[in-house]
Amino acid sequence: MDKSNVKGFLEFVYDFYRSMKAHEITLVYEGEITHQITKAFTSLTESNMAKESESNSVQKKVFHVMVECLQNISKHADSFGSDDFLFAGRGIFMVSKGKNDYHVTTGNVIENDKIEELTEMLDHINSLDKDGLKDLYKNQMKEGRLSEKGGAGLGFIDIARKTNNKLDFHFLPIDEGSSFFLLTSSISRIA
Amino acid sequence: MEVIKIKGTDDTPTVILDKENGIFEISGRSLPEDVTTFYEPILSWLDDYQEEANAKTVFSFKLVYFNTASSKLILDILMKLEDMHENGKEILIKWFFPEDDEDMQEAGEEYADIVDVPFEQVSYNF
Repeated sequence: MDKSNVKGFLEFVYDFYRSMKAHEITLVYEGEITHQITKAFTSLTESNMAKESESNSVQKKVFHVMVECLQNISKHADSFGSDDFLFAGRGIFMVSKGKNDYHVTTGNVIENDKIEELTEMLDHINSLDKDGLKDLYKNQMKEGRLSEKGGAGLGFIDIARKTNNKLDFHFLPIDEGSSFFLLTSSISRIA
Repeated sequence: MEVIKIKGTDDTPTVILDKENGIFEISGRSLPEDVTTFYEPILSWLDDYQEEANAKTVFSFKLVYFNTASSKLILDILMKLEDMHENGKEILIKWFFPEDDEDMQEAGEEYADIVDVPFEQVSYNF
């Protein structure tokens, strides 16, 4: 980097910092999601929430949602070509804290041919009420099998149940084979 | 029978399976990196125990957190206990939950709905 580039870069860092503040982002990460990362992020967020005297029930819900979101990426994120910068198990992970809600957001690359199935599943979860979600969870626990990667197909259902909110999701096209899958979950801070 | 004693960590539960002293307990947090590997020895221990179970088995769950992958394995454990119950053994599941933790209480209620085995909910203060 020559001098003017360094300045441009540092200005970018400041803009980045300001936009994090503006969006009340308390944690942002891009890269491989491992078990160690999951543990580090959950314990960091836990201790922050404890310091800020967040209620036990909110702390537990945020913890639940974070674990399930992080495990979703580590188990399901697809690789993005062979020579590219994104690989399987990678993604972006973000926690933001507003006045009324926490938001946990994930983004990862998926193959386009999985969009339909994923959309159907998420729409179905969003169409259910509390009892419907409970039945779906119980059913999936009974009938479902653990995948090779240890997924039980329960993560999204659990997030919907714990948050009492709809799952907000979006697919942005990357190329003809893949898309970026974004999901955000809100946890109310108000009991 | 061999005794299983696993000391809990911040992502794996404490497990005690001791036929001789009649202690059967899983407690703490469960979000192991690999749920199958963690729970496999517990499930196979229960298979062996099934062959020579005590007249009465009280199995306690005292979990403060478990992830969805673990929830499936917990059901597998409960189903083995259900088998023993069906084969005429006296089984009691004790599901402990912190008194302010509705989600953990509800999780217990759901398991009690799924498996046909005597199930007792116990709230505690911590």
